[in-house]
Amino acid sequence: MTDVSVLPGSHPTRRDLTSEDARARVRRRYRSEARFRWYGIAALVVTTIFLVTLIADILIKGLPAFTQHSLSIDVPVTAEMADPEGNRSEQSLRSGDYTGLVRNAVKAELGVDGRVATGHISKILSTGAGDALRRAVVADPSLIGQTVKTTALLSDDADLYYKGVGTVIERADGAAAAKPSDVKGEITVTAPGAFAAEVASLRERAATTLKELEAQIALYDGSSDQAVRDRATPLKEQLPPLQAIAANAAAELPLDPHISSFLVAINGGIVKVSKLSGDVATGTALIPLKTADAAAAGTWQRVTYVTPEADRKVDDSKVAFLDRVQTDGNVSRGLNTLFFTSGDSREPEMAGIRGALVGSILTLAVTLALCLPIGVMAAIYLEEFASKNWFTDLIEININNLAAVPSIVFGLLGLAVFLNFFGLPRSAPVVGGLVLALLVLPTIIIASRAALRAVPPSIKEAALGVGASHQQAIFHHVLPLAMPGIMTGTIIGMAHALGETAPLLMIGMVAFIVDIPGGFTDSATALPVQIYLWSDLPEAAFKQKTAAAIIVLLMVLFVMNGLAIWLRKRFERRW
Amino acid sequence: MKIRIALPASIAAVSMLAFAGNAVARDQIRVVGSSTVYPFTTAVAEAFGKASGKTPVVESTGTGGGMKIFCEGVGEATADVTNASRRIKKSEIELCAKNGVTEIVEITVGYDGLTLAHSKAGTPFKLTLAQAFLALAEKVPDKDGNLVANPYKTWSDIDASLPAVKIEVLGPPPTSGTRDSLHELFLEKGAETFPALKTLKEKDAKAFEAVWKSIRKDGAYVEAGENDNVIVQKLEGNKDAVGVFGYSFLEENTAKITGIAIEGVEPSYEAISGGKYKGARKLYVYVKKQHVGVIPGLDKFVAEYVSEKANGEEGYLSQKGLVALPKEEAEKVRKAAIALDVLKPDLTN
Repeated sequence: MTDVSVLPGSHPTRRDLTSEDARARVRRRYRSEARFRWYGIAALVVTTIFLVTLIADILIKGLPAFTQHSLSIDVPVTAEMADPEGNRSEQSLRSGDYTGLVRNAVKAELGVDGRVATGHISKILSTGAGDALRRAVVADPSLIGQTVKTTALLSDDADLYYKGVGTVIERADGAAAAKPSDVKGEITVTAPGAFAAEVASLRERAATTLKELEAQIALYDGSSDQAVRDRATPLKEQLPPLQAIAANAAAELPLDPHISSFLVAINGGIVKVSKLSGDVATGTALIPLKTADAAAAGTWQRVTYVTPEADRKVDDSKVAFLDRVQTDGNVSRGLNTLFFTSGDSREPEMAGIRGALVGSILTLAVTLALCLPIGVMAAIYLEEFASKNWFTDLIEININNLAAVPSIVFGLLGLAVFLNFFGLPRSAPVVGGLVLALLVLPTIIIASRAALRAVPPSIKEAALGVGASHQQAIFHHVLPLAMPGIMTGTIIGMAHALGETAPLLMIGMVAFIVDIPGGFTDSATALPVQIYLWSDLPEAAFKQKTAAAIIVLLMVLFVMNGLAIWLRKRFERRW
Repeated sequence: MKIRIALPASIAAVSMLAFAGNAVARDQIRVVGSSTVYPFTTAVAEAFGKASGKTPVVESTGTGGGMKIFCEGVGEATADVTNASRRIKKSEIELCAKNGVTEIVEITVGYDGLTLAHSKAGTPFKLTLAQAFLALAEKVPDKDGNLVANPYKTWSDIDASLPAVKIEVLGPPPTSGTRDSLHELFLEKGAETFPALKTLKEKDAKAFEAVWKSIRKDGAYVEAGENDNVIVQKLEGNKDAVGVFGYSFLEENTAKITGIAIEGVEPSYEAISGGKYKGARKLYVYVKKQHVGVIPGLDKFVAEYVSEKANGEEGYLSQKGLVALPKEEAEKVRKAAIALDVLKPDLTN
């Protein structure tokens, strides 16, 4: 739209820019400009929201994985468990059952016994709980026979519990004197009137269930279809106990896993209540009581695990154990150093990123060593030496096409050529590096050519003018000036290679590898592959590990891109 | 000047390649195969590695892809073990034999239950195999037994006792081994309950297969990717949706999701192990016997896999979600595996 238009046939007239018509046009132009500004801002806002949501989501999920809970405990190191062969040799000391020692120490600390409790404790301790103790004993065999203070790694479930994926615990003092019937096993705790609040809420729940059940039965009974009426029969069987509770104010009320768990903490033990009346709580001792003496009002507690047992991963016994060791002050949260120092593991608390990080570094080293010289040489030849004919045009088109080939194709190529034809080992970083080099080579050639082209021809001409050969002019003058652009392109290409998983699948780098790779032909995996593998495992703690690995990958990418920007800013020349 | 550094570097890289070709004898066991068995084999590999020093490398390539690599031939360059979420096929045995892999040891490692589940916030319900078939198949028999395009939009359309919510099932894509199991365990068995389809099976097995092998494409079945965790996450957000995934994912997420009872049996460890739950499949591991003695520790790895400590009812694999075989069968498998009994070409034991 132009403001001054000359219509054919009419003689040019000076437009009146103050007319209403002209001002409307101006206003329209301003409005359009303002609208455009808003579109731009809106686009930015939408992108920012996406980015912030994504990063916030990853950080919220991933940051907890950088810390890990462990239990500090005094462990009596017995000779028969720490040194099964009895000869104090390193091999014998290494094969000792240190996790078993830690488990026994925890059992003694909690005062629990029996197969079930042992099973629960095994689940709150990591399978690597004895690793710190093993190191200490192997380093100093004289510790055998002594009591050693050690830090035992807790399992993923226990760790998640402390990180808040457990339950809220409410405590209230018992208002009346309470008398337990025994110290362990099935126990009744008699405390007249002390459980009134819990009883009231249980009665209310029973009444609601009864009402719902009756309504459902009425609905089925009213149906004309016999099949539907039959469905009421099993429901009717559920009625009598509920009706009994409604009729009898003193009846015992059952607790089940679908409501908050109610426990009684008394005389140093914890009783999980399964039946409750106003005066008497009946249940099992999760942690045995020290005595069966009566406890005065205020010295014992009513404890509620708010989240129903059916809705959480750790059951009441484990919560009781975990809560006890925590209130004793033996649980500490520290930096998860294992995450940075160990390779993959099937136990989330022991899985680390180091194997994948080293694998990625080795792979990228091979990629860089291959594709930087080849890419730059190709770019220089094509840009400066090659004659322009149909053949070089064809090469150029092919390089551009290659940049758009899906990465899995390079993986298939790598499988066919490097593994099957050349017989290189599977899962090796050297093969990964070769495949990724093929993948980023076109990117580097294109970026390098653009960088070379951006150097003003006057520089080359001046060099040629003072008698330099063509090669000298390029290597001494053009290439150094193009280097920042080439480096930027290379680093961005490398960052692209760092994030690739598809080509690695074909050559066997999508694998579970525990040992940290020590060389280019050792089995290795890569960062994005590790993320993919962890995301597919069922354990909840691996979700956090996945996010934490993403954070590590993002940090590496961030550093690489930062380096690219820095190099450009540092060496860039403007003409 | 950059060139002066880069050029030798690339020469070094290329020469390194030449050396890599004749690498030293392999001392690490190589496992390939199913992503369903991967979580279990990796646990065994880790335990084995802790005792022996060299942890086997376990790749996740899918059952079919694993078989291809496994059957490539005999020798250090080929895989020693492959995981499978179904039994080896005759064609695969033939392929193996053609390439010289004639001695294969089959180990049944346990069961994986294929579960249908929904969010705890949703209405609980139970299904029969027939109802599952009606909800998922592309073509279903009408009252007269003629095949028609699936008309059911809500669960209550199928049966009045089911909730009146839209049928929305999130499940694996066709590339997944879990999808094969969905077809074989639920759809095929469900289809057989209809008299009309049963007669079809007798008359025209191919046509019958087409019926249970096609899942509806009208949006009621949503392919949610290979990753079972994604399905679990989606269920949390959508209380009316039903998800299809392995039992270990249900076990890990009992706080958020509930399994749907099939034919009146809830998916549970006991029900799957006892064979009561209909949606259970066996998982297998195949070992190249010709590599025993060549690759160090391969026989010990097999022994570790079938040991009570790993594969028993209280073993660490059961904690990872694998459902152990019933005692007698487990004992039989253990004996056969330790003796390295070779699988016969006709697939009989």
